[in-house]
Amino acid sequence: MDAKTGTSRRSFLKGSVAIAGASVAGAASASEADPLITDVQDWASITGAGVDETPYGMPISFEKDVVRRNVEWLTASPISSINFTPIHALDGTITPQGCAFERHHSGAIELRKEDYRLMINGLVDNPLVFHYADLERFPRENHVYFCECAANTGMEWAGAQLNGAQFTHGMIHNMEYTGVPLRTLLNEAGLAAAGELKDKWVYVEGADASSNGRSIPMEKALDDVLVAFKANGEALRMEHGYPVRLVVPGWEGNMWVKWLRRIEVTDMAVESREETSKYTDVYEDGTARKWTWVMDAKSVITSPSPQMPIAHGKGPLVISGLAWSGHGKITRVDVSRDGGISWETARLGKQGDTKALTRFYLDIDWDGNPMLLQSRAMDETGYVQPTKEQLRAMRGENAVYHNNCIQTWFVDENGVAENVEVS
Amino acid sequence: MSKSLNQIVLPVAGGTALALSAALLFANMDYGQKKIGALEQRVEQISLQAETANRRADDEAAAVSDLKEKIAEIQAAAEERAARGGDLTERAPESGDKFGLGRTAKPEEVAAWDVDVLPDGRGLPEGKGDAYWGEEVFAEKCASCHGDFAEGVDNWPVLAGGFDTLGDKDPVKTVGSYWPYLSTVFDYVHRSMPFGEAQTLTADETYAIVAYILYSNDLVDDDFELSHENFAAFEMYNRDGFVIDDRPALEYAKWRAEPCMESCKPSVEITMRATFLDVTPEDGGESVMNHATADDTPTFVAAAPSAGTDEVAAEDAPSVAASASLDPVLVASGEKVFKKCGACHAVGAGAKNKSGPHLNGLFGRQMGSVDGFKYSKVFVAAQEQGRVWDEVALAEFLAKPRSYMKGTKMAFSGLRKQDDLDAITAYLKSVGE
Ligand code: HEC
Ligand code: HEC
Repeated sequence: MDAKTGTSRRSFLKGSVAIAGASVAGAASASEADPLITDVQDWASITGAGVDETPYGMPISFEKDVVRRNVEWLTASPISSINFTPIHALDGTITPQGCAFERHHSGAIELRKEDYRLMINGLVDNPLVFHYADLERFPRENHVYFCECAANTGMEWAGAQLNGAQFTHGMIHNMEYTGVPLRTLLNEAGLAAAGELKDKWVYVEGADASSNGRSIPMEKALDDVLVAFKANGEALRMEHGYPVRLVVPGWEGNMWVKWLRRIEVTDMAVESREETSKYTDVYEDGTARKWTWVMDAKSVITSPSPQMPIAHGKGPLVISGLAWSGHGKITRVDVSRDGGISWETARLGKQGDTKALTRFYLDIDWDGNPMLLQSRAMDETGYVQPTKEQLRAMRGENAVYHNNCIQTWFVDENGVAENVEVS
Repeated sequence: MSKSLNQIVLPVAGGTALALSAALLFANMDYGQKKIGALEQRVEQISLQAETANRRADDEAAAVSDLKEKIAEIQAAAEERAARGGDLTERAPESGDKFGLGRTAKPEEVAAWDVDVLPDGRGLPEGKGDAYWGEEVFAEKCASCHGDFAEGVDNWPVLAGGFDTLGDKDPVKTVGSYWPYLSTVFDYVHRSMPFGEAQTLTADETYAIVAYILYSNDLVDDDFELSHENFAAFEMYNRDGFVIDDRPALEYAKWRAEPCMESCKPSVEITMRATFLDVTPEDGGESVMNHATADDTPTFVAAAPSAGTDEVAAEDAPSVAASASLDPVLVASGEKVFKKCGACHAVGAGAKNKSGPHLNGLFGRQMGSVDGFKYSKVFVAAQEQGRVWDEVALAEFLAKPRSYMKGTKMAFSGLRKQDDLDAITAYLKSVGE
């Protein structure tokens, strides 16, 4: 414990140095000419890297801190665990695959396209087996969707806990998927055998050791679910289910089965471990909600935030954040600088896609006074992101999942931000 | 689009006619009277062909104008859509017919993969097993992580107890206290456990283990035998503890309202701060933590799950004990690699056995020799043979644990990279006795 407090002091010192450094540089720029301009720099004289050096590139070394991180004590083993997207350091809306959060129940597996098989069975006219190459011959679609773990922000039910947007809100990513609609594959197998479709289910399962099975109601399966094989234009990464994963727009990440190997049409929910023991939400009186699939509207300010202090002092400041809703498009985001007393409507980076991340900005002239920053998302159904108080009054503190509360960052006069709760 | 169709298709028809008249001219000049009869016949043929060609040209022209019409239609539709603010994206086409892709699944293939069990017991394989035998199998295959009595070791899941705690501040959700269906237990254990060796349990073993888990939850007696026949009759303790998602009625109805923009509350106060930096991972990159110290935090204590304190002590100690002959950079990166082991192994001063034995003084140590640790058979055998850990043995073991030690219960897939193997070796050397 002591050692860790020491670390916090160290990190704080590091932070204040960075801020002091910034103001020194500012002063220097006023008095003398900038040697970065007046002197010929190496990079302006010597040649750089050739095109044959990096067949597939990683971010430049200066960005080495923009990485996924995990919180060791959350789980017993990193093989069945979660890490977090560095959302504090990203902008725009698309999450690069290489830093998009991962959650596995038995580790990420290496499965070759050649060894990949997808089975459709159960209440279908003709049970089928597809090879990977078959999937690329069906008409396919492109969609951008967010994928959020139902446990995102789950640590915060009991109080402000983790100090950083990456840790409080980083179990989310947003990618452009290419894939075949699940309904196309179901039609290929034929649904006449299923009879009345209204009360039927589709049970999906992965090829990894956990096999992570989930039941999806037929109505959703025939609506917008995709069997995807590309993300952001390239093959899925191993950790995101290469070669094929399920995309279940707007619904909790656990249903987006990776390494998808089997789709079974059933006449009832399987009630697998992941839809009974886990991903059910316990309320104050001990009863639990099940089948809480949709991720409600939510937003968070990504900068400034604990990992992204204001380093430039007073003056122009871009407050930036992300908003999303499993019910459709984000229509509006409001930002408060005084902990929710008053609100102003933020500017959207671009009109939100349905069930995808939307970027928002509030461009202010910061007077250097402390702020209690909050953001509040609204979606096309008119739903307004609730406060923690509203959520707790409704659900208690033990639900674990589906915490879509309004987040507060306290920003002090030095620009240092902290995760807090307010009255 | 329509223009280019004109230019491409029509000249082809015109070209055919030209070639035909050239052929006629050629015939009249070069051949004598004798051949005229034959030639006349040929000419007739050719002009017949020319007629066909002309007709074809007409047809083609008609087709072109048809196409033009179609294009105009599509363009009009697109313009209309654009005017409505729409776009040209469309759902992937569906065909009433099949695409004819994929092949019929063979019955034995379906049987191999379709092993899920429904709440009413459909999908269960035939078999049986009692809690007595289940206890044995559980001790061998499950207890290293879940505890002898399914009470959970360290941070691994607890499977028993916790009855009537669901309404408490920290509910203990176990198979006994929380799970609504017995089918889920069978399905999950059969399909996903033991962790690191999934899909190896027989149906009988699974029945026995499930019976034992029920027994350890005090739900049955120790002679209880579970089988596919009595399975469906068993009702779980918390079967009525769930309601279907009622957010639409309880929450959406309320929270779909125009929100307040001004003077929404009289004042605001900070009631809680995440100054509990011990719950925030240290390697937060260039992150700047707040300047609060542990002393000026409010009375709240972070409810971090039981990351045992001995684990922290063990992790902090090693760097002190680093021996001079080792490359400190390699040792440091080994310390990072050790994160993959830390869930099961402790090292350093005061390190205790976790779900795996402590790894202090590993090099030169006999395999399978840590007091009080219950090793698998293969490790017991290695110990009896007097085998000793050295760099080569460790590297081979860690590269492929389960092929180097057939039957080991270490559920770890292995370190793939040579760099990681070198680093972990240096790190384990650096830690004290
Ligand atoms: C190497 C450690 C390990 C061993 C050995 C092991 N398990 Fe597990 N068990 C886990 C982990 C880790 C999880 C959680 C997996 C996840 O996150 O999806 C788990 C989850 C479970 C659960 C679900 C718990 C819950 O509350 O949802 C059950 C039931 C279970 N194991 C039973 C068994 C049985 C029975 C065996 C022996 C046949 C066994 N386990 C062997 C590590 C282990
Ligand atoms: C999921 C838990 C788990 C993880 C992760 C794990 N181990 Fe193990 N390890 C065990 C268990 C359990 C045993 C005992 C094996 C047996 O009895 O079959 C063991 C045994 C060992 C042994 C033999 C010890 C002896 O006394 O002979 C060594 C060495 C070892 N592990 C090293 C490592 C290293 C290094 C890592 C990380 C790179 C690692 N293990 C990761 C569980 C784990």
